[in-house]
Amino acid sequence: MFNENELTFTQVKMLDEEGNIIGNPTITTSDEQLREMYEWMKKARILDQKLLRLQRQGRLGTYAPLSGQEAAQVGSAYALTKEDWVAPSYRDHAASMVHGLPLEQIISYSKGHLYGGKIPEGLRILPVQIIIAAQTLHATGIAYSSKYKGENSVAITYFGDGATSQGDFHEALNFASVFKLPVIFFCQNNQYAISVPLERQMASKTIAQKAVAYGMTGVQVDGNDILAVHEVTKEAIERARNGEGPTLIEAVTYRFGPHTTSDDPTRYRSEEEVKQWSQQKDPLIRLRKYLENKGLWDETKDNQLEESFNDELNELIDVIESKQIPTVDEAFDYVYENKHDLLVEQQEEAKRFLANGGGE
Amino acid sequence: MAEMTMIQAIRQALEIEMKRDERIVLLGEDIGRNGGVFRVTDGLIDQFGEHRVIDTPLAESSIIGTAVGMSLNGLRPIPEIQFFGFVYETMDQIASQAARMRFKSAGRYNVPIVIRSPYGGGVRTPELHSDSLEALFSHTPGIKVVMPSTPYDAKGLLIAAIRDEDPVIFLEPMKLYRTIKEEVPEEAYEVPIGKAKVVKEGYHATIVGFGPVMPLLKKIVDEYEQEGIHLELIDLRTVAPIDIDTILKSVEKTERLMIVHEAVKTNGIGAEIAALVSEKGVFSLSAPILRVTGYDTPYPVGTIEDDWLPNPKRIKAAIHELLSY
Repeated sequence: MFNENELTFTQVKMLDEEGNIIGNPTITTSDEQLREMYEWMKKARILDQKLLRLQRQGRLGTYAPLSGQEAAQVGSAYALTKEDWVAPSYRDHAASMVHGLPLEQIISYSKGHLYGGKIPEGLRILPVQIIIAAQTLHATGIAYSSKYKGENSVAITYFGDGATSQGDFHEALNFASVFKLPVIFFCQNNQYAISVPLERQMASKTIAQKAVAYGMTGVQVDGNDILAVHEVTKEAIERARNGEGPTLIEAVTYRFGPHTTSDDPTRYRSEEEVKQWSQQKDPLIRLRKYLENKGLWDETKDNQLEESFNDELNELIDVIESKQIPTVDEAFDYVYENKHDLLVEQQEEAKRFLANGGGE
Repeated sequence: MAEMTMIQAIRQALEIEMKRDERIVLLGEDIGRNGGVFRVTDGLIDQFGEHRVIDTPLAESSIIGTAVGMSLNGLRPIPEIQFFGFVYETMDQIASQAARMRFKSAGRYNVPIVIRSPYGGGVRTPELHSDSLEALFSHTPGIKVVMPSTPYDAKGLLIAAIRDEDPVIFLEPMKLYRTIKEEVPEEAYEVPIGKAKVVKEGYHATIVGFGPVMPLLKKIVDEYEQEGIHLELIDLRTVAPIDIDTILKSVEKTERLMIVHEAVKTNGIGAEIAALVSEKGVFSLSAPILRVTGYDTPYPVGTIEDDWLPNPKRIKAAIHELLSY
């Protein structure tokens, strides 16, 4: 008989809230790498705040903010090589950014540009996934191909706690473990699926333990501890490359902001709870303190980074906003490789109306 | 040239293409060791190995979803849905994922997969094995839907579908799997997707059909010919996109149009053809456009399905009406 109480999952932690190393963990990253990871987190935070402001000004479409989840995304994506694949959801642009996605792409996507999902050639990143957990199967299939072709690449897929209720998540874990595929299922458990708290998603104690049922390794990690996130992801990637199959990682974290810009989180979360996370468990502060303790970072550097990245973003936004917006007739070019006659006919109709002033 | 059933023709297309292109893999339920519930993939696992003929866990969404992922990383998968009635389990992975990947990535990614599935009535199956659900996917931009009715077309269309860069749903009429034999070339050849075929020329009226109704239509058209009534019979072969030009050309000549399909009537392929002919050729017509289809009920149980499906009586009554104008 199986008894859940006999299962013990210890949350992996390496860095406490004050930036001190807990115990004596194996840390495989250099100081330089840690500094770089901090810079990525800081940039992700600045970008996030900027995009939120743009949305409030009516200059951006609906946007799903990620502030609070930077350590989970940056720490994991930083462990990948360019040969590896990323299959993200809509809240994972920090991970995509670390894996090489240009900022312009992230901003264009959120502005609702036709080419916002056009991942540049050579980058192994999938377009943003809206359907919850659908991308877990794509990552699984990608990993099958990697294995089939004898490549050394792995696939990582990002999703939230809500996704673990979806059939596709379970089908993906099952398929990946049956075929021992090099895929990492990276769950950011931010504890709410829009408004529904984790205890309404599942009666299990942890998300990580779901791995047990599929015969794969499951890990729960402090998702706001970038050191721990990075190390557990690295280990999972190593197992995947060694042919030891998939891993389910549960990174316990919190989104500081709303689900998207159309959501009012005060309806379902208390102010104290939000404060507790955003003030005491901020993943940026934790690594910054660690770096400062080691003399690798200071206030001046932080301000400099903030200023220069803000400038970069402002310039980029100007460029994007001054560009001609693609028109509806271009949409027809990406339905099939070759348009059939009836589609050509509709495209011609759209062009005629555009020439005549469009939908004004 | 050898005589082949549709099953043999499809199997041969798979074998030829798998030999030609190592990127092709098959995946589905019972397709490997068991050779598929209809034996379409019989022996392919021994020939190509279990990494290319993949017996998957029993989960339709994962069959299509992983095929999408495989195709994004360089393979050309041919997933099988064991019976097309089970396709609802994977609607998202087909309609929201496979169909849209080219569009949402503005051409960076495409999904060259062929979803094979048996369908169609008249073979006394349990519930949800016989449904004709092609219209759901003809309503989904980004997908092509191919529905052959002969062994020759099945082989040529399947090869064309495999070589296509977009997702194709390839529907195999169960009733015709083993009932017709015809000469099929041993080598590879393509029948173009999106092109209808004029099976029999005539001038009194046009009948458009596809898939499992075709042999019956052919028989009926031959009977009428004996009586001096010359009906033009068109096998649509691809229902998305629809080859409207071939239909319009025929209607210009015959001035009368009837569409026959097993799928339910409302919003079916027949409705779309009628709308297109109304838009583009209404002044050619001398009679209302008629449809003989499955009724708008769930696909019924085996004891009454023959009365539900387009059958000789229903088809002849409609022809009689069409010619009475």
